Amino acid sequence: MRGSSRSEAVLGELPQERTWRSAVRLDFSRPVLVAVTLLLAVMIILPMGWLVAYSLSDKEGHATLGNFVALFTDPSFVDPLITTLVIAFSVSAICCLVAAPLGWLVARTDMPIRRTVHTLVMASLVTPPFVGAIAWEMLAAPNSGLLNQLWRSLSGMPADEALLDIYNLPGLIFVIACYTFPYVFILVANALDRMPGELEDASSMLGARTWQTARLITVPLALPTLLAGALVAFLQALNLFGSPAILAIPAGFHTLTTRIWSLFQFPPKPELAAAASLPLLLLTIMLLRAQSLALGRRGYAVLGGKYGQPRVVRLGWLRWPAALAALLVLALPLFLPYAALFNSAFSRVASRLVTPQTFTLHNVRFTFLELSSTMPALKNTFLLAIGAATLGALLALLIAYIVARRAVPGHKLLSFLATAPLAIPGIVLGVGLFLAYTRPPLTLYGTLWILLIAFITIELPAAYQQLSSAFHAVHPELEEAGRMLGATQLRTLADITVPLLRSAMIATWCFIFVAVIRELSAAVILFTSETKVLSVLIFDLKESGDVGAIAVLSLAMVGITTIVIAIANRLAGGREAGRLHARAAG
Amino acid sequence: MRRRTLLKAAALAPPLASFGARVVSAAPAPEVITSTVIEAAKKEGKVSYYTAMDLSVAEPLAKAFEAKFGGIKVAVERTGAERLFNRIAQEMASSIRRADVVNSSDAAHFISWKRQDWLQPFVTVDTAENVPDDQRDPDGTFVNQRTHLSVIAYNSSLIRPEDAPKGFNDLLDPKYAGKLVKGHPGYSGTIMTATQQIARELGWEYFEKLAKQKVLQVQSATEPPKKIEAGERAVAVDGSDYLFWMARERNAPIEIVHATEGTPQISNPMAVFKSAPNPNAARLLFAWIMSGEGQAFIVNLSGQYPADRRVKAKTGRPALSSIKTLREDPAEVERTAEEIKAKYARLFKV
Repeated sequence: MRGSSRSEAVLGELPQERTWRSAVRLDFSRPVLVAVTLLLAVMIILPMGWLVAYSLSDKEGHATLGNFVALFTDPSFVDPLITTLVIAFSVSAICCLVAAPLGWLVARTDMPIRRTVHTLVMASLVTPPFVGAIAWEMLAAPNSGLLNQLWRSLSGMPADEALLDIYNLPGLIFVIACYTFPYVFILVANALDRMPGELEDASSMLGARTWQTARLITVPLALPTLLAGALVAFLQALNLFGSPAILAIPAGFHTLTTRIWSLFQFPPKPELAAAASLPLLLLTIMLLRAQSLALGRRGYAVLGGKYGQPRVVRLGWLRWPAALAALLVLALPLFLPYAALFNSAFSRVASRLVTPQTFTLHNVRFTFLELSSTMPALKNTFLLAIGAATLGALLALLIAYIVARRAVPGHKLLSFLATAPLAIPGIVLGVGLFLAYTRPPLTLYGTLWILLIAFITIELPAAYQQLSSAFHAVHPELEEAGRMLGATQLRTLADITVPLLRSAMIATWCFIFVAVIRELSAAVILFTSETKVLSVLIFDLKESGDVGAIAVLSLAMVGITTIVIAIANRLAGGREAGRLHARAAG
Repeated sequence: MRRRTLLKAAALAPPLASFGARVVSAAPAPEVITSTVIEAAKKEGKVSYYTAMDLSVAEPLAKAFEAKFGGIKVAVERTGAERLFNRIAQEMASSIRRADVVNSSDAAHFISWKRQDWLQPFVTVDTAENVPDDQRDPDGTFVNQRTHLSVIAYNSSLIRPEDAPKGFNDLLDPKYAGKLVKGHPGYSGTIMTATQQIARELGWEYFEKLAKQKVLQVQSATEPPKKIEAGERAVAVDGSDYLFWMARERNAPIEIVHATEGTPQISNPMAVFKSAPNPNAARLLFAWIMSGEGQAFIVNLSGQYPADRRVKAKTGRPALSSIKTLREDPAEVERTAEEIKAKYARLFKV
């Protein structure tokens, strides 16, 4: 509002122009901005509304609380609920225990190769969690797992005993933690990076030893961030679908997300699925509230203003042991799984190590020459990834602009709507969209549009947050200059603001692109045979145990993703690599 | 060559065939694939084939068809039959017309689809003349494409033949605890069909005891053969026999067991959908798979038992008549499928 009233005052000095220009503004800018608000409202409220409506009705559509009664008295629902909570708590704890020391080593010590470690942790984020789970199946299945075979040949352990067993609850927790700790790591490393060095300097000047300073100053300052990280990890584990679907079903148990998915198998029970989704939704909203409280406190306590460079702790003789420990941690999400994937891609049987004699291109040939779903799935995936990244980044930009410049009344509502999908787990959104768009007037189910809407909705919060923080760097006066020279709000946005935000836009585009390619939880509810995407194809191949093709497809998927990120980072000048944070899809 | 035969038949068959059809059943007269149909199919340029058959057979089958009829692309939509059933139901409910030819390992599905009037009556000369009556719908809406078995099998490098199970009840021996892998009737039509037969013969108490054996639960009946070949588990409780055989013929250490209690037999009917977006290509694919050439292709590649009585079974495989099989009862599966899934999920927790 402030911006527009100022420019109107300026326009007032040019009476003959005024009517025309405000007409233009009324005709284009305002309606567009209002339309964005409406669009967002529809995108979020429509699926969520149907979800609630369905959860409160029976098969004939009469109002009832029966679905909730049925769920909470049925052990086949209550057990997965408990299992899911156990997983989420454990993953959260493990992630903090691993990510906090690792983050500290990278941010605050003179550990060698700490830049490399940082980059590799980020790289492990590109791995879709369900691909990680499949790779760990190749490594640690009790009998055929490569690590178990290796251990047997080293230790002489008998054939029917196993060192590791991935098909149980601890196995699942381990695999989820592998692909969740990077989120906590990023938060912790960034916070430690920005933590004022003065406080620690003061502490050591007052005679405290290094470890005392760490205990009394560094740890307490980092604690709120760690708490926030714990919540992020908790949410990730809570809402993940892929890894549990790969590992929990063989082990004979369900998590909440796989249970919701199973309610969509024949005969589909959308009412129960909707009702089962609500606890997940409520839990997520509550935890996000808690997270924003934790992060909010940290924000006031530590951030803002300029502080001295953080102190670097000298590790002395521990430098290389620390680096080795960091590499060992990275072996779990990165080195070992990728070794297993490569092995399986070029082997007839995944449980055997490839030798020059057994090396085969059978899986590559099968995947790219025989498997008729490969090319359509690749096409759909990249069409959707590019579409969602482009439209999503533009939508996020528009919203960030409206909110940052307070361009329409009710912009706070817009900010809320743009962040709200953060509270919607992928599978829940999938169920909601399915219910909303399998009926007139918008029968989008069966088209790529429903997937596009799902992906944009899921990634909007992170995209919006990135761009809104970037907007703080662009001074409004530059835009006002444009407006004074007669451009409309949208024109100003396109000609002045967007170029200034180029690198942030590219980073956001990349972020959405990667996230869409790895998305499984909403896609698995919304796809049809014509609109299959890579993640769903991999999931289907898992059902029939075609791990060779899975390995080839996964490696291709990760390869293409890496190339796109590299190109985008080059375009953005390489500064944005560290921005690949926030939530990822399961 | 086959095409020429078909074309030649076109000149002679119609009067005979329509006469025969009126006498034997309510099915339509056997259709002959004329060059007009082939041209129309090529104009459509594509056909979707929904099947539960393992990709290692389904994709080469599709490629062979593509090679024979240049310019028609086959999209193979493979997943477990029960998921396929669900997928088709969802697509039909949303008026998504995609399925052309549908082939399922759960024969009960065709009863349900026929009742909903989704199936296009379609009889070829081959199916009318060479498929036994008990393997085709009297109204001509579907026909059995091939038959396979759900067998017990074991990895002979993990278990000695003298320690191997001879039948289902042997699998309850504590020595097999933690060594078993099995498919799931909620995803696989083969396992659904087999579960109904075994429960009928041995009672649900059998599954109740089996569930306590720490079974590795996979989804599709096509996965236990892969888990056995990889050596992940020693014994497969069930799974598609042709995949065990194919792995064995690749020199994998696999032995197949036909249970003393009897082996579940699974027919795999096929149909053209009424709503098929590519009706000509659909008829052509259906007719080719049911022709001597198509049937022989499936047999030669996978050794499944052909529906066409003229086509010889693969050498090296036991004759179907030599195996004690359990009776297939699609009508009963259709009636109790939901109950079977629910009972199974309660016992096996997934």
